[in-house]
Amino acid sequence: MSTTSTTLEHTAPPSAGPRAFVQRLRQGDEVAHVITLTFAALILLITSLLVYELWINSHLSRTKFGLSFFWTQIWDPISGDFGALPFIYGTLVTSVVSLVIAVPLGLAAAIFLAELAPRRLSDGIAFLIDLLAAVPSVIYGLLGIFIVVPLMRTILGPALKAVLGDLPIFQGPNYGVGFLTAGIVLAIMIVPFIISVSREVLLTVPRDQREAALGLGATRWEATWKVVVPWARTGVMGSIFLALARALGETMAVTMVIGNDPKIKASLFAPGYTIAAVIANEFTEATGDLYLSSLIELGLVLFLMTFVLNGLARLLIIATDRGGGHPS
Amino acid sequence: MASASQGNSAAAEQVARQMRLSEKTSASSGKEASVRFEIADLNFYYGAKQAVFGLNLKIPKNKVTALIGPSGCGKSTFLRTLNRMNETIRNTRVEGQILLDGQQILQMDVVKLRRRVGMVFQRPNPFPKSIYDNVAYGLRINGYHGRLSDLVEHSLKRAALWDEVKDALHKSAFALSGGQQQRLCIARALAVDPEVLLLDEPCSALDPVTTAKIEELMFQLKDSCTMVIVTHNMQQAARASDFTAFMLDGKLIEHNETSKLFTTPQDPRTEAYITGRFG
Amino acid sequence: MSRVRLLWRKSLNAVMLTLTGVAAFGVVSILFLILGYLIWNGGRSLNWDFFTQLPKPVGETGGGMANAIVGSLKLLLLAALVGLPVGLIAGVYLAEFGGKAFSFVVRYTTDLLNGVPSIVIGIFAYSLVVLPVKHFSTLAGGIALAIMVIPITVRATEEFLRAIPGSLREGAMALGASKWRTIASVVLPAASGGIITGMLLALARVAGETAPLLFTAFSNRYWSPGWNQPIASLPVMIYTYAIAPYDDWHRQAWAAGLILLGLVLLANMGCRLVLNRRGITRSV
Repeated sequence: MSTTSTTLEHTAPPSAGPRAFVQRLRQGDEVAHVITLTFAALILLITSLLVYELWINSHLSRTKFGLSFFWTQIWDPISGDFGALPFIYGTLVTSVVSLVIAVPLGLAAAIFLAELAPRRLSDGIAFLIDLLAAVPSVIYGLLGIFIVVPLMRTILGPALKAVLGDLPIFQGPNYGVGFLTAGIVLAIMIVPFIISVSREVLLTVPRDQREAALGLGATRWEATWKVVVPWARTGVMGSIFLALARALGETMAVTMVIGNDPKIKASLFAPGYTIAAVIANEFTEATGDLYLSSLIELGLVLFLMTFVLNGLARLLIIATDRGGGHPS
Repeated sequence: MASASQGNSAAAEQVARQMRLSEKTSASSGKEASVRFEIADLNFYYGAKQAVFGLNLKIPKNKVTALIGPSGCGKSTFLRTLNRMNETIRNTRVEGQILLDGQQILQMDVVKLRRRVGMVFQRPNPFPKSIYDNVAYGLRINGYHGRLSDLVEHSLKRAALWDEVKDALHKSAFALSGGQQQRLCIARALAVDPEVLLLDEPCSALDPVTTAKIEELMFQLKDSCTMVIVTHNMQQAARASDFTAFMLDGKLIEHNETSKLFTTPQDPRTEAYITGRFG
Repeated sequence: MSRVRLLWRKSLNAVMLTLTGVAAFGVVSILFLILGYLIWNGGRSLNWDFFTQLPKPVGETGGGMANAIVGSLKLLLLAALVGLPVGLIAGVYLAEFGGKAFSFVVRYTTDLLNGVPSIVIGIFAYSLVVLPVKHFSTLAGGIALAIMVIPITVRATEEFLRAIPGSLREGAMALGASKWRTIASVVLPAASGGIITGMLLALARVAGETAPLLFTAFSNRYWSPGWNQPIASLPVMIYTYAIAPYDDWHRQAWAAGLILLGLVLLANMGCRLVLNRRGITRSV
């Protein structure tokens, strides 16, 4: 035992007996486990409740329209006839347009950051791009209305018409708002995600891959495009899916520049509507339960679309982390 | 008359022999009485893999016992069973008896056990708190209130760190050098006044000067504290310990007083290890 | 190898590499463009009135967004009070206590919740809080934002708790600390810097959200005491004013946009700099 002058007791501390004290500690661990587990389960509860509420509150329209909801073009609150097709069309078109613009742009920038730029420059630019990702949607909308729309009306639109005016997608009147404008604004919003994730994925490609290609006499571009990017293929795909999922759900910026017209048109200059936009615009104006139910059903559709996409995206990104990106 | 005196001297011889015998037994029974840990038939498993095989060992009280052996021989694993730290790893199993002063530690409350059996780790692991709070931590969580400052000072003195930090107790522990951090961890462990201190290669991350300081520390502490030290440094074992146990592939090969084990090892494998033929 | 082919490859190389640089700098310049426009247009319209006055009746010029500023703060407060603790404690579970299967489900669901479009979260909060009482409220808006705060907080908490080395935990347990004691007195304090930064980022993110507020908190041209009335918020005001036909409102929308963006970017910059200094880089 200790021979020092300040001998400490090894038995009971001041309060209750040793057994009780120890019991309290034991229970403390159990209690902590239960409490934290409850909060974790709360997340499951919230999510299940979310799906449940979407399902229940869209009951009216689901039972009335059934599956025909998905291919009906009409959206007529007055006669109570609602169809999702114009919105699905608009959502898909604007998303595709945004991807067509953002993917090459984003991938190119990511390649620059991962392969060419010195590390510090790359980190600095990546930092700024992360900031870009933090800009609120409504701010993009603000800039969309006052800058992109006039730009489309006065310069971009006429330019495209002059060069590619024979294509059906570039025909018809151009008011500045429409699918193309929305697509452009969306593209700017999703490009930071593509760059961020792709850059990280490209950085994980092992050096020896690059060096092997260069050693065989490839130019830097060839090494990058033909060896490095394919290696990171799955992860890059994952980033694209993630960006697409975001594009589908974007509300404010799109609402402000798409023209809010539930019609299906071939021309990209035509005004359109997306699922998120119609919910944002008409939810508070919805008279009647069927109207509201239809809007909520649209919300359910949007939820499902993003759910599937996000799930796929995560799988792809996990696959990259594990398998080094190349298909096995 | 000659036979009587012969008988007398024979009797005297016998008595003397008896006395020497009893001396020996009292000496050895004294040694028996001052055994701190008694380990019998210890088997340890990581999942399906067995790491310690049928280990039997008595660790004497208030002495320094060194555990030596090549990497992977199970010495750290064994050390960690003594304060049940292996229970923090999933899927481990302990079989056998480990008695601390006659009590089965596997049936004891683990928190109580760890107050009596402290541990110092391979790399210094001070908490991201002040020096004072580090030493006081064990005291606070074990419910000791009252004159913490005195106890903190006392522990830091026992760890030979007081003079270096007495004016900077509120500073972060990370402001200290590696050797000082390790002594801080020793002070932290000593603060709850453990009966046993387990040291798992405490000097492997430190320079020779600091190592010497810590060995000196161990020498001063052992009167009040039984110590078991795992070390891969045989010179350290030879210098700093009273008893040494040599392990190989999870088995205890030999255990003896340090001087005897290093000069006249009984087992050829011990000799091979000590002379550096493998390691 | 023909000379022409080699020349072609080399030119292609130069062109493509230059294009990648153009792309990168182009994207970055967008950030500066946005900032520039907002400072130019918004800065001109910022005045003392903006911060202190209520909105004027429709059609009249002047007025400010005092109620929207306070409104946003109130909503953020509610989101923080409800969302942060849930996220923190759930994160502790995942990092410290979680069983393999259940943790996987929780993590997956958290990611799922993170990916739900904010307007759908708005629908959810609407059906939970607005529908039963048939009126918009600050509470509904706060709940919607809280739900968005949770997944971000969970991720940050778990990540930073896991980063604390096991040696610290062992040190505490060897002194006789129980598991919850170790977590509360050693691990959480050690991870607190990163966790708090993550929480601030979560709040900065929801501060700019508009969609979930459109039919929960709705809007209000006056002050909104208590938690049961609709309330104005900066993002919703920006939206409302931007799509309206009045120039004066456009002017105010720019000003509000500048304030909102300024605060969001400052919070993000600050947090990311702190994280980078700790050597942690994360993707969005």
